[in-house]
Amino acid sequence: MVVGLTAVLTTASLVAGILSWRAPKPLSSTLVNLNQRINAWWVMVVAITVAFFFGRAGMTILFALISFAALREFVTLTHSRRSDHWVLFGMFGIIIPFQYWLVWTAWYGLFTIFIPVYCFLLMPAITALHGDTERFLERVSAQQWAVMISVYCVSHVPALLTLDVPGFEGRSLLLIAFLIITVQGSDVLQYIFGKLFGRHLMSPKVSPSKTWEGLVGGLATSSLLGALLSFLTPFSPLQAAGVAFIACLMGFLGGLVASAIKRDQGVKDWGHLIEGHGGMMDRADSLVFAAPIFFHTVRYFWT
Amino acid sequence: MSKLGTRTFTLLQTLTSVGLSALAWAVTGVRPIWNGREPSNRQRIYFANHASHGDFILLSACLSEKQRARTHAVAAADYWGKSRLRRFIAQDMLSSVLIHRQWTDEAQNPISIMLSVLDEGHSLIIFPEGTRNMTDQPLLPFRSGLYNLSMARPDVELIPCWIENMSRVLPKGQFVPVPLLCRVVFGAPIAIAPGEERRAFLERARQTLLALNPRPPTHDAEKWNPVFQKASCDQNSVEPKERRDHAGSGIRHDAPRHDAPRDD
Repeated sequence: MVVGLTAVLTTASLVAGILSWRAPKPLSSTLVNLNQRINAWWVMVVAITVAFFFGRAGMTILFALISFAALREFVTLTHSRRSDHWVLFGMFGIIIPFQYWLVWTAWYGLFTIFIPVYCFLLMPAITALHGDTERFLERVSAQQWAVMISVYCVSHVPALLTLDVPGFEGRSLLLIAFLIITVQGSDVLQYIFGKLFGRHLMSPKVSPSKTWEGLVGGLATSSLLGALLSFLTPFSPLQAAGVAFIACLMGFLGGLVASAIKRDQGVKDWGHLIEGHGGMMDRADSLVFAAPIFFHTVRYFWT
Repeated sequence: MSKLGTRTFTLLQTLTSVGLSALAWAVTGVRPIWNGREPSNRQRIYFANHASHGDFILLSACLSEKQRARTHAVAAADYWGKSRLRRFIAQDMLSSVLIHRQWTDEAQNPISIMLSVLDEGHSLIIFPEGTRNMTDQPLLPFRSGLYNLSMARPDVELIPCWIENMSRVLPKGQFVPVPLLCRVVFGAPIAIAPGEERRAFLERARQTLLALNPRPPTHDAEKWNPVFQKASCDQNSVEPKERRDHAGSGIRHDAPRHDAPRDD
């Protein structure tokens, strides 16, 4: 599978290289962007391969770090006041380690409710105890969103390793591979279809590049990709196509919501993690929305 | 003065500087933005906004190891000289230059202490607000040091540096940092114009520094204040437009905002 991915990426790099070589200089922003995206995927594939090598521990740590980077970007963008200091610190210092510890120990019961129940109630309580009510609801909501999106949702990716699918023991790492390849692949395919055939903007106020043609083409081809990858999974090809379709649709919605948040905050990128590539959330927004739904689909129907 | 010795880094100072820069990167992902001049080995006075103990660490993390070894932050002796531990941290670890904000003895004259560092060919980091800014104002009025230094050594470049977000990472009175992304924007050097008055120059330096802020605070205020909200909804655009800070401060931010629509 690593060989397959490397092959796909090498092909992509080659095609982009040839396109860049033949294109008039200086390169159009589309081509520059394409090259940057391909490079970002290389980094992603290397990171994930290394994590795969270390198995469940590697995956848990990798996604805890991804949560850290994503949460940092989210909190940076939102409004906070000096009295929020300890709540913000707790998000990084307590919630992330604890949530991933729950993933590591496969404590499903607490894993699913720790953030949506306990943190949901206790974080605003702590903020209220500090007595600073200015823009209270806005600050509290932003904190809730930050941990839900960048910690809770992201932690569902390594949580896939805790699922015991009968007849699929010891291979659950492949479920993560399936999810990431289809969702990230769908991002790419939507982008390509949008560039080639895009005519009708879906939501011009939110994103200038999301088109109906891109969505339909991207979803159809990524479902097909899912079917082709069914050998990695406990699913039949038809089931794999269906699961991939749902995950990629969620991924699309995740990108849309992320764009709306960025627009609201008046920025074009989440951060500057990789120079020229934006931040972690710019790459992970689709995975964030897809992971919990994928997790619960598999858990409900296959375990 | 003799305590500072020849001002080359000791092993402890080198380790501290490398360690703190790595820590600054891990916590804030700090990235320099060189808007004016490229980084260089020229002798410089970096002047920056000040709201946190982390400011100096963040700024020096943006410099190369070589520059860092010859760039010293100017710190208040009445704070950093208070206890033996603070003095050790400030001088033996961070190689700061301690000056007295209130001085009577000519030997404590802050300007001559700073000039003596410049005369050794070293660069300085100064916070012309004179203290950590705890107000809602983005930048306090500047003290005169900047003007006096530049009058005395006009060939040393004055580089404005806007430090973003550090007041949220490590506010005054807190000891644990919250990880937030930070940038340091380095602007083009400024100099005293012929015949320019002290007050006029200090205010111009202050405005130059303010203009570097990539996310002026008006952004938040405007969205929250219904009056502004109405105006911006009508236009339905994200184009930068001239804006005023709301009630009171009356500071104008004409700096362009970096929020053009992105293709993604």
